[in-house]
Amino acid sequence: MTLSTEPQRYLAAQIRWQPVEIAFWLATLLPFVLTPNYLVLASQIAITALFALSLDLILGYAGIVSLGHAAYFGFGSYTAGLIAKWGWGEPLTGLVLAAAAAGVLGYVTSFIIARFRHLALIMITLGLGLLLAEAANSASWLTGGADGLQGVRMWKLFGVFPFDLYGTAAYSYSLVVLFLAFLVARRLINSPFGLALRGIRENAIRMPAIGAPSPAHIRKVYTIAAVMAGIAGALLAQTTETVSLETLSFARSADVLVILILGGAGRLYGGIVGAIIYMVARDQFSGLNPQYWYFWIGTLLIAVVIFLPNGILGGMARLLRSERSRA
Amino acid sequence: MIASAFGVLFDGFAYGMLLFILSVGLSVTLGMMNFVNLAHCSFAMLGGFVTVTLTNELGWPFLASLPFAFLSAALVSVAFERVLYRRLYRASDLDQCLLTIGIVFVSVAVAAYIYGTIQQPLNLPPYLRGTVSILGQSFGVYRLFLIGISIVITVALIAALEYTRFGAQVRAAVDNQRMARGLGIDVDRVFAVTFALGSGLAGLGGALAIEIVGLDHAFAFTYLIYVLIVVAVGGLGSIAGSFVAASVLGISDMAGKYYFPELGAFLIYFVMVALLMWRPVGLFGRR
Repeated sequence: MTLSTEPQRYLAAQIRWQPVEIAFWLATLLPFVLTPNYLVLASQIAITALFALSLDLILGYAGIVSLGHAAYFGFGSYTAGLIAKWGWGEPLTGLVLAAAAAGVLGYVTSFIIARFRHLALIMITLGLGLLLAEAANSASWLTGGADGLQGVRMWKLFGVFPFDLYGTAAYSYSLVVLFLAFLVARRLINSPFGLALRGIRENAIRMPAIGAPSPAHIRKVYTIAAVMAGIAGALLAQTTETVSLETLSFARSADVLVILILGGAGRLYGGIVGAIIYMVARDQFSGLNPQYWYFWIGTLLIAVVIFLPNGILGGMARLLRSERSRA
Repeated sequence: MIASAFGVLFDGFAYGMLLFILSVGLSVTLGMMNFVNLAHCSFAMLGGFVTVTLTNELGWPFLASLPFAFLSAALVSVAFERVLYRRLYRASDLDQCLLTIGIVFVSVAVAAYIYGTIQQPLNLPPYLRGTVSILGQSFGVYRLFLIGISIVITVALIAALEYTRFGAQVRAAVDNQRMARGLGIDVDRVFAVTFALGSGLAGLGGALAIEIVGLDHAFAFTYLIYVLIVVAVGGLGSIAGSFVAASVLGISDMAGKYYFPELGAFLIYFVMVALLMWRPVGLFGRR
């Protein structure tokens, strides 16, 4: 990354919208026209992309490796599902409440997260995720346990658009929420706060020495990431009208990590690109035994780590740079 | 039936010893190279499947298959170390995690492809089955055998580490890798040998685990979490720490299953998070 000498100018250059970005977001409208039968899948992709974006904030920018990010996803999911089950099926308020609940959980745990690095951090995030999953499994009177949360009934979006089998409302809703969250993330990353986060990623000890309080920054970004993950979980609960223990599982934490790495961590579009590729591939290969799916995912992970350390987007950026320097 | 407290303690200790054999290699190699090897249990699984194949398909006696479980896991792990791990010693925790999770995914898929997704049967020889009673208490013969093997391994490991030249090199590399290099110790070679030994022990643990916890294609995932708990709680590079952590984990897991079955694994994870928050470097860790 070529840093301009002045941080302000660098940030101002970053914040300008590139034509390719505008084209990308216009392209997200294509499924309505081109593949109207796949709108349910498209909404799943948007939700997964939002989840990956939230992980990108903490992992890609602040360098916090989390193996338990599904905790916030599942917490938001169960909150939204329970609110709807208890008789308030309005989607938007449910989404806000679920986001707030996940945010509170994120804020409380962020005090633990900010204290640790390296292996202890990985183990603590893993442990907290497993702890929450086990708690949800044990509290089957509340969560339905292994059967999942039954009886979630959503009202129509704005009182007009029902969440149906075609997924038109589901995709529109998920896409708009993803876009809004993306705007927030984009603004956040291209701010002095975002630069401070990258500083923490590069050298967590040095940042306090130059006057940037690392733990406070980590708490802040971790809470924001938890809110986003909670929103993603709530979207899944609302659009599918069901919540299962799988939303809290280690497999979901690992999947989102794979998606983000595949796309490119530390890049705003990394999670989104990764989610599109991963989800479409999984949909296409869903006829295969899930075991073989994991064989290819594992091979892909090994290949990405060895050959493409910055993910697909990082590899593309390197290719573009070398083309340019040759010209 | 309400299990006697003594019985729970005995079963829990035997289970803890199994976890110790599975995890001690990871503890030492992590302490030396800071390489987060999440694929450790894949090597354990390999050992398990080698034993299953040798005893069921080829009719070998169980005890004769154990050295081969050790050897195959050690050899395969060295191949992985040479080809893949070596490139990432200086990479971030994240890259190491991802590479080794990738290996776990592949190993689980390959195991499912070859052996299917069922629990693998194992025919123990008659002299390892049943129970004996000592002083009015009955003990499972296999569990006694397990505890015996673990104690032999622990004593051998500690003796090797404390009293041999190679052990001194290992300790030096764990304590301060750069200083050890400066003194002319070939840390890469020491590491490769230690890595092979640790993975071989994991393979042996995988073979011994079949009778206690079963073996299926997902073993590499299921026991990864337990092994990581032992390593993180015990402290990196500490054999004594792993021993204590594995015993505590085994006993508390067994006690939890007997007395609070509705809590599931909640208790274990809670204890781990609490211990790590209290001592991030583990009970016996120095860094």
